[in-house]
Amino acid sequence: MNSVIELENLGVCFGRHQVLKHLTGSFSGRSIGLLGPNGAGKTTLLHCLLGFHPPTEGTARIFGRDILKDGTAIRELIGYMPERDAFVAGMSAVRLTRLMAELSGLPPRAALERAHEALYYVGLNEARYRKLESYSLGMKQMAKLAQAIVHGPRLLFLDEPTNGLDPPHRARMIKMIQEIRDSGKANLVISSHLLRDVEECCDEVLILKDGEIATYCNLEEERKANLRFIEIETQRGNAAFAEAVGNLGCEVAVLNDRKIKTVLPENIRIRDIYQVAADQNMQVRRLDYKRDSLQDIFLKAMGVSHGGV
Amino acid sequence: MAVYDRRYGPYEGRLTPRRTRFLVLPAYSYQEVFASKAFIVFLALWGVWALLVLPILIYLPHNLGALESIGLDPEALKGVFEINASKALGFFMIPSTIVAYLTALVLGPALISSDLRNNGLPLYLSRPFGRWEYVLGKSAVMLIMLSLVTWIPGMLLFLFQCYMGGWTWIKQYWSVGFGVFMTSWIWITLLCVISLAISAYVKWKPVARLSLILIFIVLPSIGQVINLILRTDWGSIIDMRGMVTIVGATLFGLPNNSAIPVPAAWLSILSFSAFCIVLMAKKIRAYEVVKS
Repeated sequence: MNSVIELENLGVCFGRHQVLKHLTGSFSGRSIGLLGPNGAGKTTLLHCLLGFHPPTEGTARIFGRDILKDGTAIRELIGYMPERDAFVAGMSAVRLTRLMAELSGLPPRAALERAHEALYYVGLNEARYRKLESYSLGMKQMAKLAQAIVHGPRLLFLDEPTNGLDPPHRARMIKMIQEIRDSGKANLVISSHLLRDVEECCDEVLILKDGEIATYCNLEEERKANLRFIEIETQRGNAAFAEAVGNLGCEVAVLNDRKIKTVLPENIRIRDIYQVAADQNMQVRRLDYKRDSLQDIFLKAMGVSHGGV
Repeated sequence: MAVYDRRYGPYEGRLTPRRTRFLVLPAYSYQEVFASKAFIVFLALWGVWALLVLPILIYLPHNLGALESIGLDPEALKGVFEINASKALGFFMIPSTIVAYLTALVLGPALISSDLRNNGLPLYLSRPFGRWEYVLGKSAVMLIMLSLVTWIPGMLLFLFQCYMGGWTWIKQYWSVGFGVFMTSWIWITLLCVISLAISAYVKWKPVARLSLILIFIVLPSIGQVINLILRTDWGSIIDMRGMVTIVGATLFGLPNNSAIPVPAAWLSILSFSAFCIVLMAKKIRAYEVVKS
């Protein structure tokens, strides 16, 4: 698969403070999540890729183009939704979105058409004629998304897209991000504090800590792999039950006299486990996919023990 | 991404050339500024003076019959209507600099401040549109409009007078055309960089407008205070309007009556403009970086 973003020993310093340190990696997911605590360098990484902050060392490539040499050509392919409030005072949403489309190179007529379409798409409908100052926080987020997608970019940078949104607006934003991802017409990079958002929208996750890559994982593969790990809690002593499950061809580990962990082979289904339990007259109290959640991955990357949270 | 099907789709049509995209900014600014009727009336009044009254004043001495028909003695008015450098300065150049200044007061303060006030710059600069293209676009808003009220009507009047006066007049007064063109450009460029620098630092429009007024009042006053305290004339070097007057007079072929030499006036204008550009460059960034 072709890389969307390649980092090559990328570093960014603000004065003496090194914000990004020797980032190296190649990312090719349809939707890449950027996670990390405050000050980890997520936004700085996005800004560096957009050319706002020049790298002090190394470089990066987007769709194979170097950010140092082809900055302008790269920005033609990118749509950016900033984290903070960002609009031009005194402008209506449709006017701002049209202006941004024209600055991206769309002719005035096409820009106006796309501006209306983008604002309809994000659900601003008639509110698109109102001045942006009068918008609620949720509407401003939608307007920011509209200006980011108006020129139909191939890569979307979304910085904290669900910041400050109430649950209905958040659900709507997540749905749109998933639609854009599933359309296959744009790749996404989503920077967020919210693990749930990243888990719902991303298939790859890059976790930054103190300006360095703490972990990079492919959530899709993790999910597929972890689907076969199962933890079973029974009502009473389970030695015979564990043996019977083992006889099905599963690897079994007995955690205590009521809990076992097992890895299901491809040909064994959950139903078969229940069947064994029925045959043994064993009551199954709980059955969980014991997969690592994104939270587990994140906490491991941050070096925080599970018990500490 | 049609409205009816609500799906995300890329744009696959043609794109405008990159080198002319900065002109999008003036187009949007003018739509806003021309929404003000007061501004349109103000421009129209200047248009009547510059493009109707002044051409008539140029035309009348070349049509003796017209003067006689309105009951005037052509011989007595010959000297009054003769166009020379002083008259060009008095009837056109000085009023046009005032009109340009008032236009800058209307246009300038909101140019950058409206983008900075709500963090709008990242929206511009995340597109194939660099910092200098942004500055060029914002400058074009001022330069195009101020050109329309200064050197463009000025040169039209000069060409009309050339046509009416013939070679004799042109040979004697060619510096009038040169003076109108160059002085206008010096003045509008200075107004442009000062307005943009103020707009980049003062986010509130009325305060930005007041700052633009104060620069042309407070700096000359400070200059006068320096002159009085140090018993010198060099304090006036910070009076930008005074410096443009000195340079402009030379360009019109008139003697320099000020104690400040012309090269010093040039240097003052260039230094002040460079200072404004540096201030602007510091502020026009997608994000402010706080250095530790």
